[in-house]
Amino acid sequence: MKIQQLSIFVENKPGHLAAPIRLLAAEGIDLRALFLADAREYGVLRMIVSDCELAVARLTAEGFVARVTEVLAIEVSDHPGGLAGVLTALDATSIDIDYMYAFPCRNAEQAVLLFSFADVDAAIAKLRSVGINPLANDDLLKL
Amino acid sequence: MIAELETSIVDCHEVSAPDYRPLDELRALQLARLQQIVGRSYQNVPLFRQRMEERNLTPADIRTLDDLARLPFTVKADLRDNYPFGLFASPMGEVVRLHASSGTTGKPIVVAYTQEDINTWTSVVGRAMAGCGLHRGDVIQVSYGYGLFTGGLGAHYGAEGIGATVVPTSGGQADRQIMLMKDFGVTAICCTPSYFIHLIERAAEMGIDMKDLPVRAGVFGAEPWTDEMRRHIEQAGGIEAFDIYGLSEIIGPGVGCECRRHAGLHIFEDHFYPEIIDPETGEVLPEGAEGELVLTTLSKQAMPMIRYRTRDITCLLPGSCSCGRTLRRIARIGRRSDDMLILRGVNVFPSQVETALLQVEGALPHYQIVLTRAQGLDQMEVQVEVTPHMFNDRMGALQAVHARLQAALDRVLGIRVRVSLVEAHSIQRSEGKAKRVIDRRNA
Repeated sequence: MKIQQLSIFVENKPGHLAAPIRLLAAEGIDLRALFLADAREYGVLRMIVSDCELAVARLTAEGFVARVTEVLAIEVSDHPGGLAGVLTALDATSIDIDYMYAFPCRNAEQAVLLFSFADVDAAIAKLRSVGINPLANDDLLKL
Repeated sequence: MIAELETSIVDCHEVSAPDYRPLDELRALQLARLQQIVGRSYQNVPLFRQRMEERNLTPADIRTLDDLARLPFTVKADLRDNYPFGLFASPMGEVVRLHASSGTTGKPIVVAYTQEDINTWTSVVGRAMAGCGLHRGDVIQVSYGYGLFTGGLGAHYGAEGIGATVVPTSGGQADRQIMLMKDFGVTAICCTPSYFIHLIERAAEMGIDMKDLPVRAGVFGAEPWTDEMRRHIEQAGGIEAFDIYGLSEIIGPGVGCECRRHAGLHIFEDHFYPEIIDPETGEVLPEGAEGELVLTTLSKQAMPMIRYRTRDITCLLPGSCSCGRTLRRIARIGRRSDDMLILRGVNVFPSQVETALLQVEGALPHYQIVLTRAQGLDQMEVQVEVTPHMFNDRMGALQAVHARLQAALDRVLGIRVRVSLVEAHSIQRSEGKAKRVIDRRNA
């Protein structure tokens, strides 16, 4: 149920975003989703990639600070109101969301919402109680 | 015209008389004072007495000035270890002033003055200023910080002592400093050299050319500077720049100062006896050889310092100065024998940065200190490489680590520094000893 997300520390300087991305490209790792959270001088690059473990191993070996973090993915229909419906359901469970981002699926009918919760396991249980089933890692990568 | 006449006779200023003592008289005075101060320290300072006893020495063993070399050194750590009052040789009832500067572990270094010490201090700063051609009738702006730091009050008393008019602006508020210099007809300023450069630049922005103001001399100290800075200051400011030297442990500013020949700094050695030693072996070096400056306070009552290791590297200049003063001279201080940094007059050791980083992280991340100068003020940036332990995909958690590092450094150093989180391995590794400090202040 949990999705592996790759997180990398990057400084906010010219060329610093490209370096880790180039490394992933050289390893043939596919990027499914990407989100850059930035403070003024540095940022956290969050990505869903085809092989998270390999990505962290390669990045760490090259001196980057990278780690795997667990997030949850929820599939919604890519139409007006799709996100609103999920958030309304989430509201009812009063789960704290640390952050979220989204990407469209290749079939253009569906979109995937990625959520980071303080307590992932509690979040899964609560989501299920309102009829939402988070995607499995393999299913997400196929979308 | 009158001002010019007065300028030409300043070397006859009455406070300067001790600067011209015949050498035999000066040496005899130094020996008499040395014997007295060693006796006083032996009587009143347990640490000094213990160290003398360990060497089987008594004050009676000091028969010549050369015997000074037999005495134990005093180091900054001694002041820290005996915080706050352990090295005082006077009862508190006789102490009229305390000053303090930062130490290596958060606790400051405390120094004390009796009324006689304040008088001595006033006279040596007065002699320094007289040597710079300043005297009664001059309007002297003191832009050193007033307070625990010795710079402001030291310069203040000295300037008053020679009968000059003092404008005690303290540091900061550049626009007001410039306005007062203009409106009050300030003829001399005491501050750090970099702050004066800032004032020149700020004045230009305000449409004022410093060269058009009546200020003709600057007495600059409390931070290292270069000949290039001096040339820039003199040309852009239209003034004559003087280098003044001092340290709180000895008395504050006024240990030594340039005269108008600008051929080294005369040490007021009737009060502060200079030696140059090899910083490794402690051996006294001959005149002209470069080494660490060691000073002995010959007349200080509240807190005598016997053979205090300044960690400043210089040499005693051979020969006499063409100004006629018999006082020996040291070359401008170019560097130190330890890694202490002087930042806006505050002493900072890289080891303090490590202490702070360890407090937050538990393990020492790779770091580098970068010193720069902006608007005449020293700036310190501590770049810290993010470790996997520090890193978090939640921005809030990452920023909390950043804030904790900032708070720990502010607390330990006692001054505001900038903390930057940088990528792992982004700080250049050097072979062998890590290069922890990049100093771009005089670049």
